Parts: sequence; C-alpha cells; structure tokens
Amino acid sequence: MIRQSELQAEQAIFRQIVEAGDYFMQTVRVGQTFRILDLEGNQAADTLFYKADDPTERYSAMDTLREQGNVYLTAGSKLLSNEGSLMLEIVADTCGRHDTLGGACATESNTVRYALEKKCMHACRDSWMLAVAENEQFGMTKRDITHNINFFMNVPITAEGGLSFADGISDAGKYVEMKAYMDTIVLISNCPQLNNPCNAYNPTPIEVLIWD
Amino acid sequence: MSDDKIFYEDKLNGACHWSLHMRKGTILKMIDLEGGANVGMLFYNPVNLLERYNAPDTLKCQHTFKLHKGHCLYSDMGRIFCSIVDDSVGWHETVCGNTTAEIVKQRWGEHSYQQYRNDWQQNGYNSFLVELAKYGLGKKDMAANLNLFSKVGVDEQGNMQYVPDNSRASDYIELRFEMDTLVLMHSCPHPLNPTREYPRKPVMYQVRRAAPIQADDYCKNLRPENQRGFANNDIFHLGAGGIG
Repeated sequence: MIRQSELQAEQAIFRQIVEAGDYFMQTVRVGQTFRILDLEGNQAADTLFYKADDPTERYSAMDTLREQGNVYLTAGSKLLSNEGSLMLEIVADTCGRHDTLGGACATESNTVRYALEKKCMHACRDSWMLAVAENEQFGMTKRDITHNINFFMNVPITAEGGLSFADGISDAGKYVEMKAYMDTIVLISNCPQLNNPCNAYNPTPIEVLIWD
Repeated sequence: MSDDKIFYEDKLNGACHWSLHMRKGTILKMIDLEGGANVGMLFYNPVNLLERYNAPDTLKCQHTFKLHKGHCLYSDMGRIFCSIVDDSVGWHETVCGNTTAEIVKQRWGEHSYQQYRNDWQQNGYNSFLVELAKYGLGKKDMAANLNLFSKVGVDEQGNMQYVPDNSRASDYIELRFEMDTLVLMHSCPHPLNPTREYPRKPVMYQVRRAAPIQADDYCKNLRPENQRGFANNDIFHLGAGGIG
C-alpha cells in the first residue's frame, strides 16, 4: 500500500548517507520515526532490529508474517519481536512492497546461488559481522544475526509455492518510514551484491533520516 | 543399495519435544501416524553450533516457498544439512514459526502441567527453548524452523492461508543427512492450526543407513545450486571421511 509521509527532510534531527557495502547501526528512540530512502533506485537495505536494552528480543520475520497473515511488508505492517511485542510500525511507504523471506546475502550462500568462485565477494552478512565486532557496546555476536527485512526488494510468492526474485519495484527517491514503539537498535547492511540482476548489478547509496 | 534395517525407531507423542544427533549418511524418516501432525524442526552443526538451519537461504537458492522431495535444507554457511529424498506430502512449510504459550492460551485455553500432567498443552516455542538449552543455546539461536507436514498457501496479494488436512495418516518425509547434524524437534501444533480442540498428533521417527549417493542423485541434481551445495559439503568433509 502506497502511503506518503508528512515529514519534511529539512526537519529531520539526523541524516546520514550509507554507501553500498557499509552498515548502519544506531539506536532509534521510542516515538521517533526513521526513514530509509532509496537514493538511486532498486537498492536493497537488509535490516535487523533489536530491543535496545535487551537485544535477545529482536525482529522476528516469522511472528510478523504469521500475525499479519501476509508475506509482504508495507504501510500498516506491524513489525513484531520474537516475544510477540510491537517494535515498529511502517507508517509510510512509497515503494509498496518489501520482502522478509529472502534473507541476506552471505559469502557462503553466494557460492550456492551463483558460483563457488564468488566466495570472497563482499556480502551483507560480512557487513553485519563487522558491525557486531566494531560495536561491542551492544554485546552482540553472530548468534544475533537473524532473519532480516529486505527493504525495497520484490520477492513474489506464487500460489503454486514458487518464489522468485523479480525486478525491483523501487525507484530513485522511494522510501519507507517506521515509527518506533520501543528503543530499537537498527542494523542495516546496504547490500553490496554484484551478482543479482534485481539491482542491475549496481549497488547504490541509501540515506537514513530520523525525526523526533 | 539402501540398508533398510532400522537402527532405531520411536514414537513422539503429540505436544512433545526431543533432540538427536544424526550422522552423515543416515536417513531420518518422520511418519504422521494419524494425519494432521506438525513437526517443528531445527538443525545445528554439532562442531560449530553457530552454523544452523537457514530457511531464507534454503528457499531462495531453490526458488521455492514450499518444501518437498528433491529439496535440500541448507545451513547459513552454504552447506546442506539434509536432503528430502522421499516425501508423500508434497508441501512442508518453513516460515510460520511456532505456537507460543500466548497463542495456545488464546486458542485452546490454559492447560497447565499442574492440572493436566502430561496432557498439558505444550507450545512449540518453549519446546525448542528446552531442547536448545541442553546444548548451551538459547532464544538467540532459535532460527526460523521447519513445520513438517504443514501447508500454508499464499494468494496473489500475499495473504497466507493455513490448509487443513495437508497430511494424512501414514504420510511421511525422509531426510538424508549430508553432514553430522544436531536435530531439534517438537510435535506441537502448527501456529495457524484453527482446530477447535488442541491437536495432539503423534509421529513415528525411524533412523536407518542411506544408500551411497550416485551421480544421478535426484536431490543433488534438482538444481545447479544443489550441486554447488553438495560441493561445499565435500569441501567441509576433506580429511574427515573423504569426498562424497
């Protein structure tokens, strides 16, 4: 569902460009709204959420999908934790559909999906490994890297049970916006994937904006 | 030739949980005894418990939402824990997670152990927590699990629909292990099962030796991705049992 935001970028209290291949890891406070902006189009923002004061509580794709009864995320989707608590709600979305079934790329899964020779190409899960290693204050390790949201990714499921990676439906300037219902650590890998036609083999920057 | 001798078999009553260590080259056959069973299942690598079943990797590399004969079940490290070498059901799902104490209470009422003893209404989430803790693991380690025997369809708009009667009495699935694997399982109801009475469905599980994998193996050749997954397993087993 397409829903525009009322928020103005000029009034954001925080703005940061995140280049492809980099991660973003920061706490968003309860009541704040944050936006991920697809600057050049068809980029994938692989995103995980954790409760700030107890990261063992985290975004759960399974609980979120099951409780909303739908496999896609869009405006109105309530992002639930593994404890069934409301972490964030998608309050604006100009893309219309986001994936949370396809997971994140990894060097190891790249070998399976593309070729054994791709194993040393940069991948989202490497960015997350670096993120947890460089941010020891959060007390997180590989155990905390769970099933993510792929903002701006289009992964249609068919009635016959097929799953495909369709061309992106995002475009330059499209965004998704979430309101936080608890203090939440946001961990984004701006996807560096060079082997997937869904981003035209061209990973590009995103921008993160936060409003009080 | 497959060695049909069953090393071990046991019944897992409904609402129970257990774990076992499966060796590379063995088959775990799960049998739905009465129809309507659900088996939650998770896999871990016993020599590196950080390597675990990864549902998104499994689905995306085989371009499927449902799981059935021919599919391989992948770890997050690009390796195959096991292959579905036989299956009479045709659709097993892996995205809906587990019943929780809250779901069970809301749908079927509270049946505490104090009052009902072993006829309590156990939930899948707590079942996995108990089995995980036996290996020093916890809720951080609870990945998206398999729900064997259960089907959840998806329409064009993405709406999910639980399909009752997906599995009939005597339906089965056979998992051939391609590496040593710690298997956690429970027989608690599917979290979307709307049945009025708490479904308490038993399963039988049997362990036997698998036939050696041939060049034309169905699972290995289902997709080129699976050939590469098997190649990753071969690399993992270098010096520890040889190629294959």
